[in-house]
Amino acid sequence: MKKTLEQCKIGESGKVVEVGGEGRMRRRLFDMGVTAGAEVTMRKRAPLGDPLEVTLRGYELSLRRSEAALVTVEVGA
Amino acid sequence: MKTFALAGNPNSGKTTLFNALTGSAAHVGNWPGVTAERREGICKRGGEAVSIVDLPGIYSLSPYSPEEVVARDYILGEKPDGVIDVVDGTNLERNLYLTTQLLEMDVPVIVALNMSDELKKNNERVDCAALSEKLGVPVVEISALKGAGLDELMRAAVSLPPRRGTSVISEPALSRLIGRVREADGADGALCEAVRRLEAEKRDPVTERIVAEEGASHPTFGKDYEAWIADARYRAIADILGKTREKRMRSCSKTDRADRILTNRWLGIPVFLAILFAIFHLTFSENFLFLSGALKDWHPESEFVATVFGDGALFSPGVWLFNFWNDICVAGLFGLLGGWAEGSGMADWAVGLINDGILGGIGAVLSFLPQILVLFFFFSVLEDSGYMARVAFILDRIFRKFGLSGRAFMPMIMGFGCSIPAMINTRTLADEKERTATVRVIPFFSCGAKLPILVAVSGGILTLADVGSADVIVYSMYVAGVAIALLSVLLMRGTTLRGETPPFIMELPTYRMPGAKNLMRHLWDKAKHFVKKAFTIIFASTVVIWVLSHFDFSWRLLADEEIGDSILGNLGKLIQPVFTPLGFGSQLGEWGWVFAVAAICGLIAKENCISVFATLAAAILGAAYDAGADEEGIQAVVAMIGVTQIGVPGLLAFILFNMTTIPCFAAVATAKAELPKGRFSATILFWLATSFVSASIVYLVGSWWWTAIPVALLALGLVAFIALSAKKRRRAEA
Repeated sequence: MKKTLEQCKIGESGKVVEVGGEGRMRRRLFDMGVTAGAEVTMRKRAPLGDPLEVTLRGYELSLRRSEAALVTVEVGA
Repeated sequence: MKTFALAGNPNSGKTTLFNALTGSAAHVGNWPGVTAERREGICKRGGEAVSIVDLPGIYSLSPYSPEEVVARDYILGEKPDGVIDVVDGTNLERNLYLTTQLLEMDVPVIVALNMSDELKKNNERVDCAALSEKLGVPVVEISALKGAGLDELMRAAVSLPPRRGTSVISEPALSRLIGRVREADGADGALCEAVRRLEAEKRDPVTERIVAEEGASHPTFGKDYEAWIADARYRAIADILGKTREKRMRSCSKTDRADRILTNRWLGIPVFLAILFAIFHLTFSENFLFLSGALKDWHPESEFVATVFGDGALFSPGVWLFNFWNDICVAGLFGLLGGWAEGSGMADWAVGLINDGILGGIGAVLSFLPQILVLFFFFSVLEDSGYMARVAFILDRIFRKFGLSGRAFMPMIMGFGCSIPAMINTRTLADEKERTATVRVIPFFSCGAKLPILVAVSGGILTLADVGSADVIVYSMYVAGVAIALLSVLLMRGTTLRGETPPFIMELPTYRMPGAKNLMRHLWDKAKHFVKKAFTIIFASTVVIWVLSHFDFSWRLLADEEIGDSILGNLGKLIQPVFTPLGFGSQLGEWGWVFAVAAICGLIAKENCISVFATLAAAILGAAYDAGADEEGIQAVVAMIGVTQIGVPGLLAFILFNMTTIPCFAAVATAKAELPKGRFSATILFWLATSFVSASIVYLVGSWWWTAIPVALLALGLVAFIALSAKKRRRAEA
């Protein structure tokens, strides 16, 4: 099932299929390893509900919900 | 001498390696054009002395962030003899991404596989020989923290042969395309340049034509080469690592366990507030752990308690160091120097200059060194351990409302201690506009040197009018400072510093125990910097102030009580009217200029404000003035209230003015160094405007309460205007 990273529940894992956005933000996502095929696991939300923490490529990455909404993942394949 | 550049991700141990390689002989400068620090040092390992340049910590060589551009320009422009790529062995996948970009440059590269000790602890193994073969460059296993493998690294580095760029990208269609773009540049076209052109959002015409002819298109990415290339890099890395690394099981690490509390949904914020309180308590509290009352209750008659804790209060380590440093070092050493000056048979004016001017001025500034270092120490521990990134994570939501990211919080809160380390800390902010806004409001977070103004003037207010209590006044002034800071950030981000809220795509690094050597190194650099400043800028300015306050326009030396005729006194009278709308100007009569002079002297060091009152009170009132054993300057303020008949609103406005106006010399110099180019003069204007506006409002509303209505209406109107125009802009963009 395809959904955005923002919609993932805590503990849910998926494979990145597409990265939207543009310019600096998009490139930053690529540079940090958010590229098609990367395995992502949703870890937690910050105390105030935003940003999010995910695990990918063996490390912890934090990103805002608005940024996570640009990333499409394939869950439970 | 050969030069090597150190490149690597933030948190890869690059700084530790730099310190280990260069020992104490580092030289700190600035990168041309940007504010990032440039550190250089000499390394004598590996049989040959070489120069090491520490590049900014980066994740990539993309053209979007200033640090990344600096690193790229340095390697391509200054052509070092080699690049030492520091790679965190426990986080290879992402760290090697930068390596794949470095490899494309025409420069010798050596990979330093760091954290080998941690790898061993985790029972992981990386096959360096295989990795080296795959990457085509030497790979040396090191532990920067333990100092292992450094000789081998440098021996291999000095014997690196020249090399042309190579790419790990192996997909035929993409490789062929990169090759063709490179050929278009002629025989010596650089690989990294060809890749950069393909990745560009807007391709140049030549590249565009090749793309059209070649027609290489990916089933998923199409002709989005930026995505394709990033994907190809990570795939190549996965391929390399699959064959060279023994896969580990992801277990519940120490970091996970720590984060279960530190970024916990409910505990995260309270724990953070507790840590912050503990730091300020350890640094500034004069009643450590609130033991004062407890000790007295516990043993009221004890001689021991009385001797050890004085009046019963136990000082925090910060205050204890402060007292020790001031009693023993500053007072002791400076007392000796002063005594020597008096006994040397010099002219009276020279003795005065040395004792009151130079020693007094430098002493006042140096006295804050221990507390600044203690505060800096704690913040360095937070930064080095990896907790600072979590603070940003916890607070981002709040700061975004003001157009900042969570990262801006730490420098702001450090401002309560001292603006200087706080402004230096803004380097962690990648966005220039965000950094500018933050540097500008840092002085509003009232620093330690402004505390004497707060304490003395609120003490004076209490004797004048029986309103509230001193700590309520001090506390509300702190709150006012923070409110003004947040309001002006909102205002700036809506007008002159308009821009998107910077992205928050950030690594949350593994927690690590901060290395003692690195911490000491930080503190030593800091202390050196501060002392140097005290003996240059502060030294010069105290001499100038002393001369201006002790000579008149015909260069006649004045007695203390003639200070009104001095150059400074005359200047004070001249600018006195400027402060009239603020309540401490012309309406104060004959001696009103003292407030003007105090405000000006505060520009050198904020402590000066109260010492000016003390000096002038003694001069004006002569024998009638008795400060007694008053160290906080309250008597001096009371004396000035007596002679000038200033009212409560004027005094409050005076406090607020000094809190929000141009900070001390040292902070202004730091701001100039840290602000992006072309932002400095506007910053000075901003400080002046903020202090005049906010102090005038306090004076107006305090004197005539009904003025609160138009002021509030104006403020509301302004906020509404900004909110509306922001909304309009967003709609126009969408």
